[in-house]
Amino acid sequence: MDSVSLIGVVSIIVSGLTIAIGSIGPAFGEAMALSKALSSIAQQPDESGTISRTLFIGLAMIESTAIYCFVVAIILIFVNPFWTQVTG
Amino acid sequence: MNVEVNLTPDSIVFWQWGFVKLNATIVFTWAVMLLLVIGSILITRNLSTGQKISRWQSMLETIVSAIRKQIADMTQQKADPYIAFLGTLFLFISVSNLLAVVPYFESPAGSLTTAAALAVCVFFAVPIFGILKQGLPGYLKQYIEPSPLMLPFNIIGELSRTLALAVRLFGNVMSGSLIIGVLLALAPLFVPVILQVLELLIGQIQAYIFAALATIYIASATRVRAHQEEKIKQRGEA
Repeated sequence: MDSVSLIGVVSIIVSGLTIAIGSIGPAFGEAMALSKALSSIAQQPDESGTISRTLFIGLAMIESTAIYCFVVAIILIFVNPFWTQVTG
Repeated sequence: MNVEVNLTPDSIVFWQWGFVKLNATIVFTWAVMLLLVIGSILITRNLSTGQKISRWQSMLETIVSAIRKQIADMTQQKADPYIAFLGTLFLFISVSNLLAVVPYFESPAGSLTTAAALAVCVFFAVPIFGILKQGLPGYLKQYIEPSPLMLPFNIIGELSRTLALAVRLFGNVMSGSLIIGVLLALAPLFVPVILQVLELLIGQIQAYIFAALATIYIASATRVRAHQEEKIKQRGEA
């Protein structure tokens, strides 16, 4: 296999793996945070404003790891530096 | 099947002269700025304090007082010193994501340069507000708390959260337009509309989160001293 197709194969497989593995952790984390927030809102409905605001910010922070994985996958597929090096 | 994907509005160049490029990001940023500035000037030109206010003034008052309340809640301080900066951040991102429903408009927040520029603004605003509030020594003292061993980690944290801020905004907005682009090739009739609605929601949430995180960073840089004073007072009473 020449280097161009090797780079293509590896990039596509790895970008798929990046999204697949990289979204597991944030998904679990967000689910946990959401379930905790829901039970806290059920216990203290008066504080729902503060809880949901903190929840949103926390979710955004958890989600940023998934976003990093997504950006890496996008880089591997669309603007792969090694690919452009080989193909000119 | 050929999927035309524009990863960033930077790649759409309207006008070029040497190395000076006028790309879609700059043009649409100017458009959003013009819309915000001219809209605000037109609305605030004839404000009234009477019983009957115009619809536009009512809208602007609602927005401003909501932002003010959020900032006051989050920082537990008066919102006045911060509302100019944080409100502008929120309104800029929010309007540029909202205008994504306009055909041919690409949200400037979907370009890494805009997101990075906004994040760098926050990066510099945090020490400025911190120093204004508690003086240079008081601000610098934060970096060696709870112990001087934490100095490198505090500095790394400062840099990495700026990076996170930029990549989060860029990734979220860019992924939306990318998904819509892919769906236009797969199922162009109805499905992209639903995703576009979802994308509007995500754009607003991201605008809120960007502004909220900036608020929290500024609050943490300005609130330490008040907290310590409280502690000292409590000790004195006990």
